[in-house]
Amino acid sequence: MKLRDTLQLSFNTVTSYRTRSLLIILAMALGVAAVVVLTALGDGARRYVVGKFSSIGTNLIIVLPGRAETAGGFPGAVLAQTPRDLTLEDARFVGQLSQVKRYAPLNVGVVELAAAGRLREVTVLGSTADLLPIRHMNLAQGSFLAQGAEYSAQIVLGAKIAQEFFPHGNVIGQRVRLGDRRFLVSGVLAIQGESMGFNSDELVIIPIDHAQALFNTASLFRILVEARSRGDIESAKEAIRDTLKRRHDGEDDVTVITQDAVLATFDRILRALTLGVAGIAAISLAVAGILVMNVMLVAVSQRTSEIGLLKAIGAPSADIRLLFFAEALWLSLAGAALGFVLGQFGSLLIRLAYPQLPAWPPMWASLAGVTIAFVTGILASLLPAARAAQLDPVKALAGR
Amino acid sequence: MGDQEVRALSGINLEIASGEYVSLMGPSGSGKTTLLNVLGLLDRPNSGRYELDGKDVTDLSEVEQARVRREKIGFVFQSFHLVPRLTAAENIELPLMLAGTALAERKARVDETLLSFDLLDRARHRPAELSGGQRQRVAIARATILRPTILLADEPTGNLDHRIGAEVMALLEGLHHAGATLILVTHDRELGARAHRRIAMRDGEIVADER
Ligand SMILES: Nc1ncnc2c1ncn2[C@@H]1O[C@H](COP(=O)(O)OP(=O)(O)OP(=O)(O)O)[C@@H](O)[C@H]1O
Ligand SMILES: [Mg+2]
Repeated sequence: MKLRDTLQLSFNTVTSYRTRSLLIILAMALGVAAVVVLTALGDGARRYVVGKFSSIGTNLIIVLPGRAETAGGFPGAVLAQTPRDLTLEDARFVGQLSQVKRYAPLNVGVVELAAAGRLREVTVLGSTADLLPIRHMNLAQGSFLAQGAEYSAQIVLGAKIAQEFFPHGNVIGQRVRLGDRRFLVSGVLAIQGESMGFNSDELVIIPIDHAQALFNTASLFRILVEARSRGDIESAKEAIRDTLKRRHDGEDDVTVITQDAVLATFDRILRALTLGVAGIAAISLAVAGILVMNVMLVAVSQRTSEIGLLKAIGAPSADIRLLFFAEALWLSLAGAALGFVLGQFGSLLIRLAYPQLPAWPPMWASLAGVTIAFVTGILASLLPAARAAQLDPVKALAGR
Repeated sequence: MGDQEVRALSGINLEIASGEYVSLMGPSGSGKTTLLNVLGLLDRPNSGRYELDGKDVTDLSEVEQARVRREKIGFVFQSFHLVPRLTAAENIELPLMLAGTALAERKARVDETLLSFDLLDRARHRPAELSGGQRQRVAIARATILRPTILLADEPTGNLDHRIGAEVMALLEGLHHAGATLILVTHDRELGARAHRRIAMRDGEIVADER
C-alpha cells in the first residue's frame, strides 16, 4: 500500500468518526494550548520584571552604606557596628575610576513644598546632573540640574507635582519654597509612572548640596554608578569596593549591588517558574495521550471484522499497523495544530487584557507543546496498532 | 469448550483443477468455512500440505500469504463485509489500493468494474444506503477487481431473498465461465446441485465427492 493511500484512508476514517475524533483533538488541543498560554504568561511576567528593572538604568551599580551580607555569625553582629558614612568625597573618588562612565550621589527625604498658594509634602531627591542619563529619565520641559552648578538653587518637578501646583502651565522660572529654602523651577520631568517602587511623577529633584543642607546630613543615601560597558561591571564593582575600603581605613563597610546580578536572579527565578508551569501543562498532554490510546483500542475492537476483511483481501499486517498509526498521527496533528492556534489566540487575549504584560509564547514552548502532543499521540497508538496487526484473520472476520 | 480439542478438519485429501465449479455442502459445523479459510490462506492447517498453482503455500511468510490472497484469491462472504465508511466505489477500490496500483489506473479499473456490475449509479453510496443484493454485488466486484483465479464464496446468498440470490449466483457463475475457479459453500440443495462437482462434508471430513 502506498503511503499516500494509507494517509488518505486513515484521514477518511478520522473524519467519519466525527464526534470521537473531535473529542480527542480537543483534549490534545487543550493540552497544547495550556502549555503555550502558561509559558506565555510566565515568560511575559519575566519580561515585564526584567524590563522594569532594565528601565531604571544601564550597566547600573548601586553603592549603599553598611554591609548587607554577613560572613557567618548572625546579622546583628554587623548591624551593631555603625557603618561609616558614605560621603560626597567618597562619591567623587568612585567617579574617578576608569571603569566608571558617570555617577550620581543621592539623598532622599520628605519635605513640605509650597508654591502658588498650595502646600504639600513631597519626596525630595538630592542629586547631580548625571542622575538624568543614569536613571533614564526624560524631561517634559525646561532643563535638568545644570552640570557643575550644584550650588544654584534649581528644582526639577515631577510631572504630577507640576500639574498640581501649576495647572495652567508656565512652570519654568516659577519660585517655590521647600522647607525654609527658596528654589527656582528649571525643568519638569516627563510622565514615567511607577518604576521599582519609585513614582518619579510625584517627586522633586534638587542639587545634592541643598538636599544635604535641607536634611541636615553629610551622609549619602546611595551612589548610583554607571559602568562604561557591560563587561566593565564586575571590575568596576571590585574597584569601587577597594577604593571605599581604602578610604574607610581598611573597613569593608559598603554594599555594592549590580543591576545585572539582580536582573539575573529575577530572570533565573522566573524562567524556572515558567518551566514549572509548562511541565504541569505538559502532564495534561500525557493524559491526552492515554485518551488517544484508549480510543484507539476501542477502535480496534470496534473494527475487528473490518481488519479481518482487510487481511482477507490481501493486506499484510504491516499495512494494518500503519493504518492505525496514521489515524493517530492525524488526530495528533490536528490536536497539535488546533492547540497551537488556541494557544496563540489565548496569549493574544491576555495581551489585550493586560497590555503591560508582554505575554508572547516563547518559540521553544510552542514547539515543545506541539512535539509532545505528537510524540504522545504516536506512542499511544503503538500498542493499539500492534494489536490490530496481530489479529487472527479468521477470528477477526467473525468479529471476535 | 475449554481445552477440549476440536478437529474442524481431518483427513482432507482434495484436488481441485483450475477453472472448476465446486459446491461444498454439509450440516452446520461440518467444517465448510474452515476448509474455505484454509484454501484462502486465512487459516493454517496444523498438519498437512496445501499446494496452490503447483507451489507449496503452507509455510509462506505472512507477507507472502497476504500477496497470494491479494493476487489469486477472491472472498465473497454471507455478510458482505463492506467497510461502512467507504462508498461502493471506494470499497471496490480497496484491493487496488493494497496492491499499490497507480491512481489513474485505479480510477479506470473501478469505473469499468462499476459498469460491468451495473453499479454506476450507486458508486457514491455507502453500504448502509444499498440493498442487500447491491451490497453483495459490490462485495463480488471487490473480490474480482484484481482478477483472481479462485473465487471462494461462503453462503453468498444466505442473507438474500430468492430472486436476488439467483441474480448473485448468475453473476458468480458468469465469472466462472470467464475462467475463474469457483468454490461455493451453500445450504441450498438446489444451488449446490448446479455445480459441476459437489462435495459433501460431515464432522470435518469429506464424505462424498460427485461430478
Ligand atoms: N475459533 C474456533 N475455535 C474452536 N472451534 C471452532 C472455531 N471456529 C470453528 N470451530 C469449530 O470448527 C468446526 C467447523 O466449523 P465451521 O465454521 O467450518 O463449520 P461450517 O461447516 O462452516 O458451519 P456453518 O454451516 O454453520 O457455517 C465446528 O465444530 C466449530 O465449532
Ligand atoms: Mg460456515
